[in-house]
Amino acid sequence: MIDADVHIPNPRIQDLMPLLPEHWVEHFNNTVDKGASQEYYPPRSPVAGRRGGLAELREAVFEQGGAELAISSCLYAVDSVHNPDVAAALATATNDWQSREWLEREPRLRGSIVAPIQLPAAAAEEIERCADRPGFVQVLIPVRTEHPLGSRLYHPLWKTIERSGLVAAVHFGGAPVMPPTPTGWPSFFLEEYTAMAQVFATQLTSMIVEGVFDACPDLRVVFLESGFTWIPAHLWRMDKEWRNLRRLVPWVRRPPSDYFREHVRVGIQPLDAPPDPAHLGEVVDQLGSEDLLLYASDYPHIHACDAGDLLLRLLPDGLGRKIRSENARSFYRLPEEEGG
Amino acid sequence: MKYVVAEASEIESGGRKIVTVAGRSIGVFNLDGEFFALRNRCPHQAGRLCEGKLWGVIRSERPGDFEYRPSREILCCLHVRTGQSWCAPERLRVRRYDVETVAGEELAEAADAEAAPADDPDAPAPGMVKGPYMAETYPVIREGKYLVVEIPA
Repeated sequence: MIDADVHIPNPRIQDLMPLLPEHWVEHFNNTVDKGASQEYYPPRSPVAGRRGGLAELREAVFEQGGAELAISSCLYAVDSVHNPDVAAALATATNDWQSREWLEREPRLRGSIVAPIQLPAAAAEEIERCADRPGFVQVLIPVRTEHPLGSRLYHPLWKTIERSGLVAAVHFGGAPVMPPTPTGWPSFFLEEYTAMAQVFATQLTSMIVEGVFDACPDLRVVFLESGFTWIPAHLWRMDKEWRNLRRLVPWVRRPPSDYFREHVRVGIQPLDAPPDPAHLGEVVDQLGSEDLLLYASDYPHIHACDAGDLLLRLLPDGLGRKIRSENARSFYRLPEEEGG
Repeated sequence: MKYVVAEASEIESGGRKIVTVAGRSIGVFNLDGEFFALRNRCPHQAGRLCEGKLWGVIRSERPGDFEYRPSREILCCLHVRTGQSWCAPERLRVRRYDVETVAGEELAEAADAEAAPADDPDAPAPGMVKGPYMAETYPVIREGKYLVVEIPA
């Protein structure tokens, strides 16, 4: 089994000190700035905010969870840092820390490059610096961005990711410079978390319609912690509108759903199971391809149900095998299981 | 069956004429001197297709790139030349009909051969039904040129 979404805890500023240039060490020592402060999960929450080290991750993901490989990301919110030089320095130190403390110590663990996405040129530089390091297989892109991800502002960044051979991992979260719903700021986290499906949908539309995949035909994107039950209806809508309005975007030569199935894969968390679990199989069917879903535990964050268990119990064996490992192995170009 | 629907000079380049023949509403288009006829019924939602705007062709190699041919041959999202839809070509297509330009002389001679009174300009040629409306007639004169639409039986 391949676990496509596990998390390394955010580094504390003292973890990064040995890796930061001297003037930034002095800055963090002598000022109230202690690095990125955005946390997506309440600290010390028993289910969502478990803060384990490598030993805990090994035990939960590989020993208990049974994964042969796991793709990790660190949600350290460098995109929330407004000082561009601090944001870039923190990203660099975080990546060096991920390499040294996690990826070099655990060969079954793969990693995600953290980059200041709000500064596309600086992000591209950091991606190029880390692209060839062992362990990194993708670039982490929080789904909430300052501009829609298809915007021309980001095209050079997409080209860098495409050229580097890395996957772009669009993940739940992002520094809240913009409201997380299309109509403004909600009052409760429940609203924000639910609305994240619409944020993913908007980003998917933007990337396809604004020609990211036409400009970067080899780009691979994975959606993590996006859920997937919203996808079929959204693709139907996008295909329909494209037929009528494609003249505005003539580079989009195929129905948007074709681009989605060719370029995008989706983690199975969180699983928005319908009241009758049998209907879940229909949604998977409506996605239109067996290659799209990737098993993901979202360790150490615990969702209300064990998505993997529920989903894999419902689906035919062949499809279950694809979701458990084959889809991720082929999309990420990971090695075959030893002896397998 | 062939129907005389217009004088060739009636529809200028880029123009169109909507006629009713054999119980069908049909749009006849002049694209740069070539004539095409389509059923006036949109395959999407049955609207009056042939009253729609004509567009040129846009192609693109990359985002932001527009390669424009101002040929005005796209009607809604259908190709006037072929009746084929550009948005779902496997599913959507509109009936197209052959149009030919026939000299009045030829029509008149055909009429003569049918032994119609030579001095009756409204007489239909053999195999041809005068159209398009009862109120509208096409007096065929030898010097003129006429558009003839063929509606399969």
